[in-house]
Amino acid sequence: MKAYVYVTLKKTVLDPQGKTIQGALRKLGYKGVDDVRQGKFFEIMLDGGLDRTAAEAEIARIAREVLTNPVIEEFRYSLEE
Amino acid sequence: MKFGVIIFPGSNCDHDAYYTVRAVLEQPVTFLWHESHDLENCDVVIVPGGFAYGDYLRTGAIARFSPVMESVARFAAGGGLVMGICNGFQILCEAGLLPGALLRNAGLKYISKPVQVRVESADTPFTNACRKGEVLTIPIGHMEGNYFCDEPTLQALQREERIVFRYVENPNGSLDNIAGISNPGRNVLGMMPHPERASEALLGSSEGFKVFQSLLGAAVAR
Repeated sequence: MKAYVYVTLKKTVLDPQGKTIQGALRKLGYKGVDDVRQGKFFEIMLDGGLDRTAAEAEIARIAREVLTNPVIEEFRYSLEE
Repeated sequence: MKFGVIIFPGSNCDHDAYYTVRAVLEQPVTFLWHESHDLENCDVVIVPGGFAYGDYLRTGAIARFSPVMESVARFAAGGGLVMGICNGFQILCEAGLLPGALLRNAGLKYISKPVQVRVESADTPFTNACRKGEVLTIPIGHMEGNYFCDEPTLQALQREERIVFRYVENPNGSLDNIAGISNPGRNVLGMMPHPERASEALLGSSEGFKVFQSLLGAAVAR
């Protein structure tokens, strides 16, 4: 099983990198872009020792306790068999 | 008064802090290795600047799980004096010893220059040799110095006068111009400017040395 974890800055936290990318896209002439938020992406290979429910709980714990700083970041994740 | 300076893999201001304490403040000082739990009976622990664990994941994110930080948390909870400088400030925030977090500078650039910081509270063991409102010239050198916390936390910092230093001119987008804060017990300080880099006239400013002098005064008062 494989887990994908996405970490982004909270909506209430300004993301200057996202804003810079957004500005660059506009200057380059790309259309239809309203906002850009930059984040981090993790691929975590699981060793098969956990069933799906336990794996979800463990990934959520890893994301909450290590991969994000809850003061500024939030996360979502998905699992793939 | 015995000082300890923690060394993480990637610390690079550890020797500067050590030198300031030994040669300028003329106090006993030892290095504390990140894998050890032993704080060697130090009265003050300095978490120095640098790039602990390469700043991988987030600044301070891995360093906070190191064995020495468990001892620092216990030491701080018992009223021990802890000072985090720059990367050390980031580590103390990640460890939950100070509230908030340090974001990427608003201008997205690494900033290395002397800045003016105002002492907003002289009622701490780190600033008792200063006057409230006194302006000190101390260098900064950071990419993530943009202090952020939620509104209730900011109000608590303001109400309890725990904003210890503010930038006179905000270099990095920091909330409320915050350059340094303390914990509720006022025994833990985090600051982005480097007082150890402004501790002798030869370095261009000796105004940061007041932070070290304050610690000495605090020890006498205790």
